[in-house]
Amino acid sequence: MTRIITLRVNGKSYENEVSPRLLLVHYLRDVLGLTGTHIACDTSQCGACTVMFNGESVKSCTMLAVQADGGEVKTVEGLATNGKLHPLQQGFWEKHGLQCGFCTPGMLMSSLNLLQRNPDPTPDEIRHALEGNLCRCTGYQNIVAAVQWAAQEMKAKPAAGVAE
Amino acid sequence: MVTTAPLVGQSVKRKEDPRLLTGNGRYLDDIRLPNTHHMAVRRSPYGHANILSIDTEAAANLPGVVGVFTAEDLKDSVKPLPCGMPAGGVENHLPPHRVLAQDRVRYVGDAVAFVVANDPYIAHDAMELIDVQYQELPAVVDAARAVEPGAPQLHDEAPGNICMHWTAGNKDDTDAAFANAEVVVKHHIYNQRLIPNPLETRGTLANYDAGTEETTLWVTSQLPHVHKILLSAFVLDIPEHKLRLIAPEIGGAFGSKIFLYADMALTAWASKHLGVPVKFVETRMENYVATQHGRDQTQDIELAARRDGTMLGLRVKSLANLGAYPSTIAPGVVTALFGRMVSGAYRIPAIWVEVDGVYTNTAMVDAYRGAGRPEATYLVERMVDLLADELAMDPVDVRRKNFIPPDAFPYTPPDLGMLPYDSGNYAVTLDRALNHVNYSALRAQQEEGRKAGRLMGIGISSYVEVCGLAPSSWIQKQGWGGPMYESAEIRVLPTGKISAVTGSLSHGQGHETTFAQIVADEFGVGMGDVEIKYGDTAGAPFGMGTYGSRSLAVGGTALQKSAQKIKEKILAIGANLLEVAPEDVEFDHGSVSVKGAPGSSKTLAEIAFAAWLNTGVPAGMEAGLEATTYYDPPSCTFPFGTHICVVDVDPDTGHVDIIRYVAVDDVGPVVNPMIVDGQLEGGIAQGIGQALFEGAVYDKFGYLLTGSMIDYAVPRASYLPNFELDRTVTPSPISAFGSKGVGEAGTIASTPAVANAVVDALSHLGIRDLQMPITPQRVWHALQQPK
Repeated sequence: MTRIITLRVNGKSYENEVSPRLLLVHYLRDVLGLTGTHIACDTSQCGACTVMFNGESVKSCTMLAVQADGGEVKTVEGLATNGKLHPLQQGFWEKHGLQCGFCTPGMLMSSLNLLQRNPDPTPDEIRHALEGNLCRCTGYQNIVAAVQWAAQEMKAKPAAGVAE
Repeated sequence: MVTTAPLVGQSVKRKEDPRLLTGNGRYLDDIRLPNTHHMAVRRSPYGHANILSIDTEAAANLPGVVGVFTAEDLKDSVKPLPCGMPAGGVENHLPPHRVLAQDRVRYVGDAVAFVVANDPYIAHDAMELIDVQYQELPAVVDAARAVEPGAPQLHDEAPGNICMHWTAGNKDDTDAAFANAEVVVKHHIYNQRLIPNPLETRGTLANYDAGTEETTLWVTSQLPHVHKILLSAFVLDIPEHKLRLIAPEIGGAFGSKIFLYADMALTAWASKHLGVPVKFVETRMENYVATQHGRDQTQDIELAARRDGTMLGLRVKSLANLGAYPSTIAPGVVTALFGRMVSGAYRIPAIWVEVDGVYTNTAMVDAYRGAGRPEATYLVERMVDLLADELAMDPVDVRRKNFIPPDAFPYTPPDLGMLPYDSGNYAVTLDRALNHVNYSALRAQQEEGRKAGRLMGIGISSYVEVCGLAPSSWIQKQGWGGPMYESAEIRVLPTGKISAVTGSLSHGQGHETTFAQIVADEFGVGMGDVEIKYGDTAGAPFGMGTYGSRSLAVGGTALQKSAQKIKEKILAIGANLLEVAPEDVEFDHGSVSVKGAPGSSKTLAEIAFAAWLNTGVPAGMEAGLEATTYYDPPSCTFPFGTHICVVDVDPDTGHVDIIRYVAVDDVGPVVNPMIVDGQLEGGIAQGIGQALFEGAVYDKFGYLLTGSMIDYAVPRASYLPNFELDRTVTPSPISAFGSKGVGEAGTIASTPAVANAVVDALSHLGIRDLQMPITPQRVWHALQQPK
């Protein structure tokens, strides 16, 4: 038993026949080959699989692909535009906000959601907003600095931060 | 980006980041081979049980399943996983660690059978359909209980559940020191079990090529060359020249990807047997039960001193819980890297250490960030504070009084069997850290606050650790069966671009950047002209991998030595092309020129082109422009520092709030300050995790109660403070640039700093110690106890 789903991912349209039990994260990784979204736990604790769905961040391991039918998904692969890094990507690079890089795609997507809601967050607000995303490498200090860097950049150059 | 020489010493942005930031990193699970099949492992739900029967029929009949296998299928072709580092100099009892359990399971997570299917969902469905009947046996999870008479026995080969009994130091001198002591402080510590939690779990992808008869394994490995040798020589029926290992992008490791795991052998065997690529990726809950844990030492400690605070002797007895089987380097780690470091930064004249390695019905325990040194440092730093408390002295004064003085280096702790500490000035880091926090003002605030019921505490940790793990001759005495050099192969390509292959392996540390800084500086070229490669055993020199904060001190030095060998040849070819004698030319900023006549020069690209095309190579010299080094250093390096943690404890809830965290570290001269600070911050966070949040807990049947990220508290962003970092620079005489190593320093230092701070906050209430993790519940209970 399968179902046909139609959705847009990073601005492209897809139509696929999927098993009803297929998780959205497996659909993105295994069906579409978008392996930038990672899986790091079985219990929705780590946030590595965070993507934007209809403009809000979701953990793509807690959604079925069929639930995304008709929706709009943005993954880390869709963050840069025309080869230019998004201010968040640039901020993580400038401020050494990543080491092994495995949590990074989820961190970026959660941070994007934060900056859409709150364009000028304090360090405490950033730490609170990233509660659902685990990093084992950085101790979070540089991630906070990276998000602040991006917020400043997006304030200075509003066009740089695409708030879709 | 910084691109001008010298690059060493500058915070160059990381070369690896653009791919990781755009979703283009290729981690193990991202690798796609046509017709890849998926393995799921059936694991024991019991801590200890006999296997009565295994029925695989229902699983095998599920459409999509291509094979279901048990120990019986593998018995002629896959041998047990070896232990490569028994404890040195003593008898070790090393029962076989089979890749699939035979007759008996010994921990929850022990592999019993596995399925291969054409889809990962189907593989997991089929795995659930395997019907295993068990007869449950009494289990033992606690090391102290495992050595009691009458305890359940795990292995016939290890009577009393003992792997080994190991000692270091001088017992007679220590007994004499205690006999003459004016004060003796005794303490019991349980350094709790931790789960490493790299964000990427472990896995393997195996592909047997029937045409070439070569097996390629992509593995989440910190040391693919070593894994290849171990698999080929001891485990698999695959000759070494037909086996290739590739460590792709690695999503963190912290030690847990050092060890040899059953799935590496199972996928390799299955791929050859079935003729399809076979992939295995752990779920997180599998990672929790079946990937090696860290710490779990139970220690009894006595410290002898004079009333003026001078330390005279130290006695340590440690029970190291090794889990169900001997892991790859576990017995060596819990002895050499722990027992030989127990005196820390202090001149203690007499020391006696005993370590018993014990088998229990739990996941295996092995090296985890710091590996032995956190257990040693926690022990000695807690003892210093307890001694200060006993003598009503300031813990700063006790540290200062006993520090190894700067003129004592190289300093060898008496009779401990440790290599000499290379260099240090411990008091300077202490002074700087005290200055940063304004210590005397803090103590006054504390005094004042106590009158109003505020529970503020100040914790100090002055650590030293052994890094740059090497040399072969010393490590081999500690039980390791292999070498401990590092390799570097540099090739200047015909167009002047540079390819450098290191035997170490970045799994987040940023080698592609720091090593490129070193190589670019050596040749006077830009970062963009240098490519650092690692992780593929094909065509690369044998290398030892990354752990023990060794990559820069050993691997970086190897790179520098290879560059220097090539530069001699560059000078010779350059001189030949310029038709002058080699002593009349110099190599600078990427070109060779005649001394005093800078207009007459040849670029690196021109020389490399001549070297490879053999046009202009001096007579008698071979073509090509490359060099390989296996650098085996004369000794280890010893970073040090002082961390100070300031906490507020909520008297009503027991919640601990870190309000300041200052770290002054000395890791020698720094290649990339940004990366070094990142290592320290992440390390400190992990050490705080042990102090306040993390702990793996088994029930008495051997069931892991903290079996997922819901139950095990990996620190989150909101749990942690901002860290204030500073450093001093004391070069090591051992390594290139004098660098010492930084990968584990933060973790080693921070756990005792935090614990000392919390105890300090409560000391006036008669509280002398708290069990880690120091949760609000534990603090609250301690506050309720009548004193």
